[in-house]
Amino acid sequence: MKRLRFIAPLLGFAVLLGFLGVGLTLDSRELPSPFIDKPAPTFSLPRLRSPEQNFSSSQMAGRVWLLNVWASWCAACRTEHPLLNRIAQLGSVPIVGLNYKDDADDADAWLQKFGNPYSHIPFDPNGEVGLEYGVYGVPETYLIDENGLIRFKQTGPITPEILQQRLLPLIAELRRGAT
Amino acid sequence: MKHLALARVTLAAVALALGATAAAIHSDSASAQVDAAQFATARQTALYGDLIGELRCLVCANQSLADSDSDLAKDLRGKVREMVAQGRRRGEIIDYMVARYGEYVLYRPRLTPATAFLWLAPFILLPLGLGVIWRIATRKPRRQPAPYSAKQVQQARALIEDDSE
Repeated sequence: MKRLRFIAPLLGFAVLLGFLGVGLTLDSRELPSPFIDKPAPTFSLPRLRSPEQNFSSSQMAGRVWLLNVWASWCAACRTEHPLLNRIAQLGSVPIVGLNYKDDADDADAWLQKFGNPYSHIPFDPNGEVGLEYGVYGVPETYLIDENGLIRFKQTGPITPEILQQRLLPLIAELRRGAT
Repeated sequence: MKHLALARVTLAAVALALGATAAAIHSDSASAQVDAAQFATARQTALYGDLIGELRCLVCANQSLADSDSDLAKDLRGKVREMVAQGRRRGEIIDYMVARYGEYVLYRPRLTPATAFLWLAPFILLPLGLGVIWRIATRKPRRQPAPYSAKQVQQARALIEDDSE
């Protein structure tokens, strides 16, 4: 009994230390996405360069594809852009570029300058589709499988590490499953 | 006895402080209505005010939708306003936000297995703390040292009297 009185606070302290230690290794800004393995919201929007034509997400049914949310005002998108160009060059997945709360002319000029990795560019000036996808920090990227389920989500720019270690392997795996 | 009184006073002070904090937090969220939105009924206006105080702005450092002036908060307030005006229920609107932004949007997390400890901890820790206080307060005083013998008292008295002469 006497000994317990000395050991109990020590144990409590050890547990607290454990929690704090784990807390140190977590990135508090990295939020778990509620979308993983959930169906991607369907949408239909005018295209950036030809507003009279609509892009509908149902066009991508049965394919593995990336949805990249971007804007010309978004500085982090510029950092990410070369990687998207590289993914496009690899040609393994089509990239749909949702142009989010942007000005059409600015977006166009931006693509001319930095290259256009996108197969389709739906234009979402009011951010309605962005809201459906729970976008809160542009750029955001969703990997959607052939059944229309979101399998991976990156909030913020894709980094070379994420591309090599997570995105590309997952794409390869999904494509093996799809064919 | 003195211990017990002290414990009572401490407890009362702690309870008072907790109550005051809770009241302050409550009045804070109630007054958090930045934009006066127009609704058909007073109930909708109240629901709107309640919801934007209750939902977290994801890109801000710990602000609710009501507190924040960011673009995202404006958009989400617009969405809440739209859904309230459509006559949607509180639960529906909360579900809509959680489906898109995750549990993180809720300032008051739901009771799930992962958050059970968070919700239940006060009910476990408070009685535990009270028990500890109770035990300390009612602990029997330590044994007094043996009283002085009659001979020692006499010696002491003699010393004092010697001194005063």
